[in-house]
Amino acid sequence: MAALAGLRLIFLAFLCWSCLAGAAEPVLPLTARVTDRTGTLAPDQVAALERTLQSFEASKGSQIAILMVPTTGEEPIEQYALRAAEKWKLGRQGVDDGALLVVAKDDRAMRIEVGYGLEGALNDATCKRIISDIITPRFRQGDFYGGLSDGIGRMIRVVQGEPLPPPARPADRQTGGIGQHLPLLIVVALVMGGILRAVLGRLLGAAATGGVAGMLAWWLAGALSLALMVGIGAFLLTLFSGLGRGGVWPGGGWRSGGFGSGGFGTGGFGGGGGRFGGGGASGRW
Amino acid sequence: MRRTIAILAAMLVLSLSGCGYNTMQAKDEQVKSGWAEVLNQYQRRADLVPNLVNTVKGYASHERQVLTQVTEARARVGSIQATPELLNDPQAFARFQAAQGELTNALSRLLVVSENYPQLKADASFRDLQAQLEGTENRIAVARNRYIQAVQDYNVTIRTFPNNLTAKVFGYEVKPSFTVENERAVATPPRVDFGTSPAPPAQPR
Repeated sequence: MAALAGLRLIFLAFLCWSCLAGAAEPVLPLTARVTDRTGTLAPDQVAALERTLQSFEASKGSQIAILMVPTTGEEPIEQYALRAAEKWKLGRQGVDDGALLVVAKDDRAMRIEVGYGLEGALNDATCKRIISDIITPRFRQGDFYGGLSDGIGRMIRVVQGEPLPPPARPADRQTGGIGQHLPLLIVVALVMGGILRAVLGRLLGAAATGGVAGMLAWWLAGALSLALMVGIGAFLLTLFSGLGRGGVWPGGGWRSGGFGSGGFGTGGFGGGGGRFGGGGASGRW
Repeated sequence: MRRTIAILAAMLVLSLSGCGYNTMQAKDEQVKSGWAEVLNQYQRRADLVPNLVNTVKGYASHERQVLTQVTEARARVGSIQATPELLNDPQAFARFQAAQGELTNALSRLLVVSENYPQLKADASFRDLQAQLEGTENRIAVARNRYIQAVQDYNVTIRTFPNNLTAKVFGYEVKPSFTVENERAVATPPRVDFGTSPAPPAQPR
């Protein structure tokens, strides 16, 4: 009997949920930082906003996105914005430094939804000021691009002042970059190592090769830890490579240590796993 | 003795097929953390009240009734001990909810009254406080929503077979959830009154 009641409850819950889901305006999957479903912005304007947000993410790590829709339907914009933010998961996981600017054009409503990690910088009062002092006046004049770009500009400036963990992505790119140069580095290390070893002797030659390879890696990648690893690798390679015929190749060992898997897709845009708790502010124009 | 045998038997069953004991623990914790977030946001609102009252007082000191109502509601909210045990006591839960609902109403009346004072509305700190209050109300709504979902999840878990047997043995009960606060107000249609004009905006100071 209890089981039956439970089942009925589940079924009811399911039904309610599907009803709710059916009634609400759907949130489309995230594909770009700037999503204009109203056709208000010109393509070059979208591209300009996209570039601003992209370079900001590259320098600071925070993800900010813009969503323009004609209407949020029956739902208040607060609910819709939270649903979109929860679905898109803007911001880095654990840092939760995402923010979403939602504009419902025909409802004449907008909202800045702020992730947990940015609630200190982009607090409610600041968001409200950005909306009412910067964006609203321009929207009233019909200047949507101006309002968005100035509003985003201010948001970026506010977040810039917030101490956040440094962005991880440029470092990934650098490892990818050194990964591309790896064959060249190995060849250089082998050739130079052979020459230097003949001239300077085994230990000194290996040390010199390691030093030069490390400098080269530093110059290429700009990361000291990486350069150190390359240097040590080249040192060991030179030290042991002449010992036996086709002998000790420290092949896989140091390669898998840090290189090779650059693997961060540069194509589409996706949220990093940030969480939201309803912070931010809304406004109408 | 009989009880220990029952528990042992239950343990045996658990170890054999996993009757959702672990799931129940996880869901119970989820409900607790959801509740903590709700309390956190209510506290945030309560912390805003003194500042808000003081700011409004500066421009509209003769709105004594509304200001007193807010202060009293704030005091009542503060007097309720919001412990996790509250969750297992439906009556205390209802009292807590009623007190918070009263504060919500008092605050919204305060904001309605403040509409009559242009200088207050132009005051920068009042605008900031108003934005914070709006934001906090939204956070409360979000936290309550998430709590409701967590409770629903938990309740469904402990009421379905075979978890209901485990729940009975270990004394897990259905947890209370939020209901619409102003049920009566929602049920009665809004009264529209065109007869009397609203009070003329008082000249502040």
